[in-house]
Amino acid sequence: MRTTTTGPGRRPPRHRGRLALGAVAALVLGLTAACGGDSDPTESAEQQELAEGEALTITTFGEFGYDELIAQWNEEHPELRVEQTKVSLWDDWKNELNTLLQANEGLPDIVAIEGDFMPALVAAPERWVDLSSEEVEGRWLEFKSEAATTSDGQLLGYATDAGPEAICYRADLFEEAGLPTDRDEVAALMTTWEDYFALGEEFVSKSDAKWYDASGSVAQAMLNQVEHPFEQADNTVDVENDELRAVYDTVTGYSESLSPGVAQWSDDWTAGFQNDGFATIPCPGWMRSNIRDNTGDPAPKGVVWDVADVFPGGGGNWGGSYLAVPKASAHQEQAKEFAAWITAPEQQIQIFEQYGNFPSQVEALEDPTLLESVDPYFNDAPVGQIFSNRASAITVQPYHGPLYSDILGKFQEAITRVDQGEDPDKSWETFVTEVEALQ
Amino acid sequence: MKLSPYLYISPFFILFGLVGLFPLIYTGYLSLHDWERLYYQRGEFIGLENYRFVLTDPVFLKSLVNTFSIFLMSSVPQVIVAVAVAALLDNHLHGRTFWRMSVLLPFVVAPTAAVLIFGSLFADKYGVVNAILDGVGLEPIRWHVERWWSHFAIAGMVNWRWTGYNALIFLAAMQAVPRDLYESAALDGAGRIRQFFSVTLPMIRPTMIFVIVTSTIGGLQIFTEPRLFDDTPQREGGPNHQYMTSTLYIYVKGIEDQFYGRASAAAWVLFLIIIGIALLNFGITRLLTRRHA
Repeated sequence: MRTTTTGPGRRPPRHRGRLALGAVAALVLGLTAACGGDSDPTESAEQQELAEGEALTITTFGEFGYDELIAQWNEEHPELRVEQTKVSLWDDWKNELNTLLQANEGLPDIVAIEGDFMPALVAAPERWVDLSSEEVEGRWLEFKSEAATTSDGQLLGYATDAGPEAICYRADLFEEAGLPTDRDEVAALMTTWEDYFALGEEFVSKSDAKWYDASGSVAQAMLNQVEHPFEQADNTVDVENDELRAVYDTVTGYSESLSPGVAQWSDDWTAGFQNDGFATIPCPGWMRSNIRDNTGDPAPKGVVWDVADVFPGGGGNWGGSYLAVPKASAHQEQAKEFAAWITAPEQQIQIFEQYGNFPSQVEALEDPTLLESVDPYFNDAPVGQIFSNRASAITVQPYHGPLYSDILGKFQEAITRVDQGEDPDKSWETFVTEVEALQ
Repeated sequence: MKLSPYLYISPFFILFGLVGLFPLIYTGYLSLHDWERLYYQRGEFIGLENYRFVLTDPVFLKSLVNTFSIFLMSSVPQVIVAVAVAALLDNHLHGRTFWRMSVLLPFVVAPTAAVLIFGSLFADKYGVVNAILDGVGLEPIRWHVERWWSHFAIAGMVNWRWTGYNALIFLAAMQAVPRDLYESAALDGAGRIRQFFSVTLPMIRPTMIFVIVTSTIGGLQIFTEPRLFDDTPQREGGPNHQYMTSTLYIYVKGIEDQFYGRASAAAWVLFLIIIGIALLNFGITRLLTRRHA
């Protein structure tokens, strides 16, 4: 072997090497040119009819509660079938979505967008289809549709749910610690954040459990009452403001005493539901299905979840998503039709009953089915009434600029660092540097 | 001059040009440009600004230290244990194929599945390893928090996956060692251990170098394990980036933070570092083989 391939007589003449180099260079240049000639992502894709066997595609994250509704739609519209892809976490879907947008390739016809990311779309609307129509005008709570509307009146997303927050609590752990368990009595004890934290200190002195599920979740709940958490109205980033720092100081101050020190959505966080890890959790409507799934249904013996019709410091909205249609979709009209259908009040009511995601549609909020709804898992709490009350208690809509979602991720990391034992001031400095690196 | 031999090998080079060389060059091109995040577009030419950013970014420097730490904790024990396992397998065992296939089993398991298993082993609060530590009266370890312990856990996953694979490569080399060498060594009065150090090890030296080089390259590019080991939603190698490797840094800068220019610059820096170490390896190889000859 060795002698036949490297013998001097078989070495190719010099100029061949140069030729090969030239060929490689030509190849590279050709490829660069090919990539430079990409289609313009701000132009609509050529519109086509759905081919035989083809379906509209939609990607959602977490639990949108669409399984049954899509099955129903597919039965009624065999010519316009819809296929759903579910991603478990928003953060994972956001990364994938960013990659798809960058490549302008492989985007589904309809994408689910977390409410916090909507400002990024509004700031760069060129890649998204304007979904405004007479049919959907006035369908949503004003703050929901406003957050998806550009300055020149394009509607870039149909709102799905809203996240009015209540407090969910473990009545059995409350009882063990000698606190009242009745949901009205509990509500009366936590109308301000001071009361909430004070009650927490009383609780942990008499119980092995911690007071809340994660520092990050309380921080986010408090942030939802701050008017300008990260960005000013002109989108300049300003994280060194007093209000944000106050939230940070409060939450990190209670890190050791009241928080189990785990990051929200981590394995240890999930395990905490089954190990009596904590007693209360800030509870937007959609959190109920997380609580149920993580605790187990039926609940383990002795575990009693309940919902108190209160949120410390007034109302607050956490999350709630949108459906948007990218211009890369080749079936924009059909996508719009389906998105309009599934975000209609009737469908959202059905989702609320099955999954707990609270509707953002005005008509749905007055619907008797919603108002009379009780949740047996939560000790028969009148959840319809409670979350409606919570929705009307919302007074502050925090301003979210295009970087909100990214900065929020860094802010959560800063809090997790303190939970893990880092000095709060040092962690804050890191946060500020990391935010600078985002600009 | 015949054309056909070149045609036969051309598919590799065409493929390499497409998926290897082109991305490499295009990455270099991007690394000299700004990136417009909101529009997912290349921005203006900004020279070496991205390199300045990356090389002065404490997070990147931290990721380099993490990379080397995890690399050392994985590659070194991995090669030593693999040689030992191979030497044990090189005996007359009943059911040889069964034992040999068994050590390869972890390699067949998808890394994602492996991380799921290790994730619950090394969970901070309710993990199996901590339960055992607690059982024998030791302090539980916060695997996701303490920097070096997290490297240890990640290196454990890497080793679990690759040790058997390397062991089989060593085994193949060991079986090529002429048996009469052992016989004459035995006649000279060398015991099993002496035989191993004086016959086996010198004879498998080229394979050793091959395995060391490949595991170096692999060890400097660890990504899946730290990415999935992190169970905070941001998955950036821990909230304090305590186990963020450099490849993970590239991913976070590019895909998460949407700065393709900076990610490309970091990719090139890592590329140059790996080339540097590969050259170092090459030099050592030449030195060793020359002395051997």
